[in-house]
Amino acid sequence: MALSTVGVIFSHINDHNLPEIANRRTMASVPFGGRYRLIDFALSNMVNSGVTTVGIVVKNNYQSLIDHLGSGKEWDLARKDGGIILLPPYSDETEAPYTTRLEALMGITGFLTHRSEEYVVLTDCDGVAHMDISDIVRFHEEKKADITMVYHEEAETGSSYYMTLIPDETGRVKALAINPRISGKVNLYINVMVMSREFLINTIQDAVTRGFSSFGKDILTKNVDTLRIFGYRHEGYYASVACLKDYYARNMELLDKKVRDELFGARDIYTKVRDSAPTRYLSGATATNSLISDGCVIEGSVENSILFRGVKVGKGSVVKDSIIMQDTVIGNNVSLECVITDKNAFIRDGRRLSGCEEQPYFVPKGRML
Amino acid sequence: MLRKKECVAMLLAGGQGSRLYALTNNIAKPAVAFGAKYRIIDFALSNCINSGIDTVGVLTQYQPLELNEYIGNGQPWDLDRAFGGVHILSPYQGKKRSSWFEGTANAIYQNISFMKRYDPDYILILSGDHIYKMDYAKMLRAHKETGADCTIAAIEVPLKEASRFGILNTNPDGSIYEFEEKPKVPKSNLASMGVYIFTAEKLFKYLEADDENPASSKDFGKDVLPAMLAAGEKMFSYRFEGYWKDVGTISSLWESNMDLLGKEPAFDVSDPDWKIHSRNPLAPPEYVGKNAVLENSMVALGCEIEGTVKNSLLAAGVTVEEGAVVEDSVIMAGTIIKKGATVRYAIIDEDVTVGEGATVGEASDKVSIAVLGKGIRIADGACVAGGKILDKDYSGE
Repeated sequence: MALSTVGVIFSHINDHNLPEIANRRTMASVPFGGRYRLIDFALSNMVNSGVTTVGIVVKNNYQSLIDHLGSGKEWDLARKDGGIILLPPYSDETEAPYTTRLEALMGITGFLTHRSEEYVVLTDCDGVAHMDISDIVRFHEEKKADITMVYHEEAETGSSYYMTLIPDETGRVKALAINPRISGKVNLYINVMVMSREFLINTIQDAVTRGFSSFGKDILTKNVDTLRIFGYRHEGYYASVACLKDYYARNMELLDKKVRDELFGARDIYTKVRDSAPTRYLSGATATNSLISDGCVIEGSVENSILFRGVKVGKGSVVKDSIIMQDTVIGNNVSLECVITDKNAFIRDGRRLSGCEEQPYFVPKGRML
Repeated sequence: MLRKKECVAMLLAGGQGSRLYALTNNIAKPAVAFGAKYRIIDFALSNCINSGIDTVGVLTQYQPLELNEYIGNGQPWDLDRAFGGVHILSPYQGKKRSSWFEGTANAIYQNISFMKRYDPDYILILSGDHIYKMDYAKMLRAHKETGADCTIAAIEVPLKEASRFGILNTNPDGSIYEFEEKPKVPKSNLASMGVYIFTAEKLFKYLEADDENPASSKDFGKDVLPAMLAAGEKMFSYRFEGYWKDVGTISSLWESNMDLLGKEPAFDVSDPDWKIHSRNPLAPPEYVGKNAVLENSMVALGCEIEGTVKNSLLAAGVTVEEGAVVEDSVIMAGTIIKKGATVRYAIIDEDVTVGEGATVGEASDKVSIAVLGKGIRIADGACVAGGKILDKDYSGE
């Protein structure tokens, strides 16, 4: 069933958290889980909840994102009315493109004004979650909230900018803090928010006249007492990808069946298809405790690892505790341990690379070693 | 845009495929799963689009539901076009008459108006039950160069098997002087692949004549081609070299699947220059468990493998539990092989459950393939003998 909610995805806002992987692409197009990009999870959650119009805010380096999204048909978002709408920055010669979330929102008021949906759900691409947007919208309606912020209980975060919140027994947020010191468990805001479309447009217009620049500082934290801000506790799966260590750990978690069932079990996750052939294991191959995508050809041995599409592992090579992205070619007698290779990396015969869980060895996109 | 297509392809997909037994109880042969991800029809459709032919009529008759759903609007093959694209052509009720397609030639005849909409110069006739990669554009070029009225793609087969095929007897220049359908004593080993290019006007003329001939069985091989030859039309063979397999029987379907395995497979489906397009499963990557053994196999997305898989093909979402062994087999999507079960020399259709400790098929030099039909359940500990074909739940008693 269609939900009267329009989606807005910020593709880039947390790029600085993951400079190794996101310096040449947006956070949204960071590969994850063997065959996905981070935006697939946000988009799939929306589509599976009945959201059929999604504006995607892009700023720079979004070529790979455009390539990934295409017309949106893989997400069933190639629609006559709505579907996927890319929202690039809007500026003239005198103005530099925006830098903050609030300024990004000011740039898309045209899009928001022309929609007819009742609500807006705004999300970032710095986490992987399985959530039903319609539950959040229903909560928002029941609480007669101005803003609903989704939180998840966490004991730490690798992010350089984050918010924690304290709700009362009704869910109303009494306190909001930006970058507080975290000790013990906190309610971390996970960058998913619901508002009525009208409220959002009015808030943006008000912010323009007052010259505000930060959504977090100028609108949320300042108005905790006057606005009806509610916290929605997300109970299901959530994996924050706020730094390279997180990125490594969150991918590796998928080797646990419980985690896989939570993320993939209940509903479909849509992504771009590539018409790859199924993966071929040759004589002499061994593979254990690994997540392996299609189009791979494996002649060596793969252990506790995640292989994206089209990876080749040569004879006598050992890939252990590693994340190997799309179309990486690993020659013969190579040894990799705790390594992340970005797309199209090429590891020559006999090379030995290793890192550790806290600091995986990272091979950039297209690099030949 | 020019309201014309130079070449329109007509794909015969109505065959029942009765020699595939339980696998075609509810679906047409071209919709049968193949190669861990594909369906048989993907090869002909991919050949069309890769050859630059973007207008394809798919003639269906037997159990078309799944095939129609699979083809849909043709988007996976890039055949969703504003003008042209893929069209499902089912038998229909006309003003003067209504009838099922009576033979291959009659099926094409009944859809003359479809072809004429595109004002084509050439018609390409294809079968939906062959596994091969072929550039039809090259064949069309040859057809134009020889100035033929009809060009028939042909492949050399072992002479001892030649009597199973339509055999072309040709002159040194490739022109055909005789066409023999399944001859007892073949004069040559050049077999027709069931791929024909006709100059459109000639085809329409002979189809109309064939329709009026009450003695005709309305078949290309038996009636239309011999009639054209007898009338002195220019007919040429077009030599195809490469992999081509008719997967009309259980053993040929199994063999052809096995041809996809190995470092240099007899038939390579991962050729970047000739992609095989298909509908893609919506599934996460496959998970290979801590005690899994995988050797010389092909595995699709969404599989969960804890047991041993050798010389086999596993389609999307197959589960092989701990201690289970799958060898020399083809397992289609969604099937579960429970703990300790053994599957050897078998083709197992979609959504089958092989119970704990059950045995299906047996290893033998004389290949006889066990077949389990869609959705059935083999009870724990039951034993399905080699070569047995089942389409109902089986308790072993």
